[in-house]
Amino acid sequence: MMDGGKGFDDVLTGEQKIRNFNINFGPQHPAAHGVLRLVLELDGEIVERCDPHIGLLHRGTEKLMESRTYLQNLPYFDRLDYVAPMNQEHAWCLAIEKLTGVEVPRRASLIRVLYSEIGRVLNHLLNVTTQAMDVGALTPPLWGFEEREKLMVFYERACGARLHAAYFRPGGVHQDLPDALIDDIESWSHEFPKVLDDIDGLLSENRIFKQRNCDIGVVTEDDIQKYGFSGVMVRGSGLAWDLRRAQPYECYDEFEFQIPVGKNGDCYDRYLVRMEEMRQSVSIIRQAIAKLRETPGDILARGKITPPSRSDMKTSMEALIHHFKLYTEGFHVPAGEVYAAVEAPKGEFGVYLVADGSNKPYRAKLRAPGFLHLQAMDHVARGHQLADVAAIIGTMDVVFGEIDR
Amino acid sequence: MSEALKELGAHIELKRPDCVLSWDVSFGELNVDVAPSNLVEFVEFLKTDRNCKFTSLVDITGVDYPERTKRFDVVYHFLSMYQNHRIRLRVSIREEDMVPSIESVHPSANWFEREVFDMFGILFSGHPDLRRILTDYGFRGYPLRKDFPTTGYTEVRYDEAQKRVVYEPVTLVQEYRQFDFMSPWEGANYILPGDEKQESK
Repeated sequence: MMDGGKGFDDVLTGEQKIRNFNINFGPQHPAAHGVLRLVLELDGEIVERCDPHIGLLHRGTEKLMESRTYLQNLPYFDRLDYVAPMNQEHAWCLAIEKLTGVEVPRRASLIRVLYSEIGRVLNHLLNVTTQAMDVGALTPPLWGFEEREKLMVFYERACGARLHAAYFRPGGVHQDLPDALIDDIESWSHEFPKVLDDIDGLLSENRIFKQRNCDIGVVTEDDIQKYGFSGVMVRGSGLAWDLRRAQPYECYDEFEFQIPVGKNGDCYDRYLVRMEEMRQSVSIIRQAIAKLRETPGDILARGKITPPSRSDMKTSMEALIHHFKLYTEGFHVPAGEVYAAVEAPKGEFGVYLVADGSNKPYRAKLRAPGFLHLQAMDHVARGHQLADVAAIIGTMDVVFGEIDR
Repeated sequence: MSEALKELGAHIELKRPDCVLSWDVSFGELNVDVAPSNLVEFVEFLKTDRNCKFTSLVDITGVDYPERTKRFDVVYHFLSMYQNHRIRLRVSIREEDMVPSIESVHPSANWFEREVFDMFGILFSGHPDLRRILTDYGFRGYPLRKDFPTTGYTEVRYDEAQKRVVYEPVTLVQEYRQFDFMSPWEGANYILPGDEKQESK
């Protein structure tokens, strides 16, 4: 009888026995967002196991930081999450300010908020649009990068560099913003929602985009606690957890903004949260600009850890010596250990700083949100199809500068 | 803020006197020194206790103090999203000691413990998969120990003859530049060049 009543087990030869298939995803895969190497064990199209191999971009930042002064260490933070550089610098400055007890002048604080939010828009624009590219849409990154370019120009006009800003300094920010720049940021903030609506119209109800993202990579409240998620990974699942609101730093407590939360905790909700966060950021940017116009003044807390003003240096010998010593020996930070965290676009970025009273940090540990998110990849991607892996990596928002450090 | 933390510190010490060696609040942060032996139960307690609820692990790292007998500090940071507070645990261990892994309580500890092992060579007992994580495949040594040189021991280059990447001992073209900018009248505890002649007179 050949009607299949006995099953087809007897027709399988040894070679046809099905075994799981291992593949390497990356490190040169365009959807791997850099240098991620995933070892995937597949049963057909289904991911059975996922082992991320990281460290291909490891530069030993923490080791390097131990032999450099506090100020020399600042630019390393731009190179961590290079998508939103200033947000990382912020954590470093906050840690130093906590140890030294320096009060940042109000104008500098507002500028920091302004540029942190610009960083958030920069990051979300990149993430949302490239994630869309991972699932098959080509136009969004082209539109998104146009806006990113404008924001990069704002970075450049503030500090002279498009990416490696080194703009936030312990005790304030490096340079004051010219009025023309503030005006331009404001006019950008009025045009940008239009672009956001365009991207929104392109993606939000797009059939393919929804099919690829809805119910993919669902994260529950339990997962969040177990795997230590932060940022959008938390908010996408309905928890309104935002460090800007929960543990306010800088002057975030005087800004009005909403914390968008998702409902289902899938990739699509995280996309929606990011879109709404950009709108909220634009609103914070406008508020910051309004406050900045009312707040003239110095942008550095003049003292031991900041340089003297240029005009002082022309007349005062002490100021000149101070300037020289600050940029050679660097300032000394009193002994102690602190942890300072900011709500970076990707989640909680923290710096654990152990100071021994000298001009160099004894130990600095950088806590990157992406590290924990990628760690949960095995848990989140298990049971999904191979094609979903790209969508999940995209929505986890991993950047290897900060994960590999 | 720090009043609440002091209350919390007292509460933890009261509930778990066998685990807590000492605690303090500095810079608005709660630090607790913990004995390594019953770390896992203590972390479990912090996670489940209603006043603590430290359900998410923020960070695990190490600090190397070569001059101490208990050479390493393993530092844990926890966060409670429900109570909105943070805590730092410090465990001091000798070089040959093992630390119990808290992976069973916080799965997120997995990579952090691998990283600490990778960087400091501290072993975690009960860890399911203690491999190196950030350094190269086949790397030797523990980079974040203070006695590890910043330049490392090996360097890689592509060898045109062998058509592959080869590892070689580090050769520095010039000496590693480590300038000392400390003021001689403040920090320097060495003899300035030229001053040694003063002694021989």
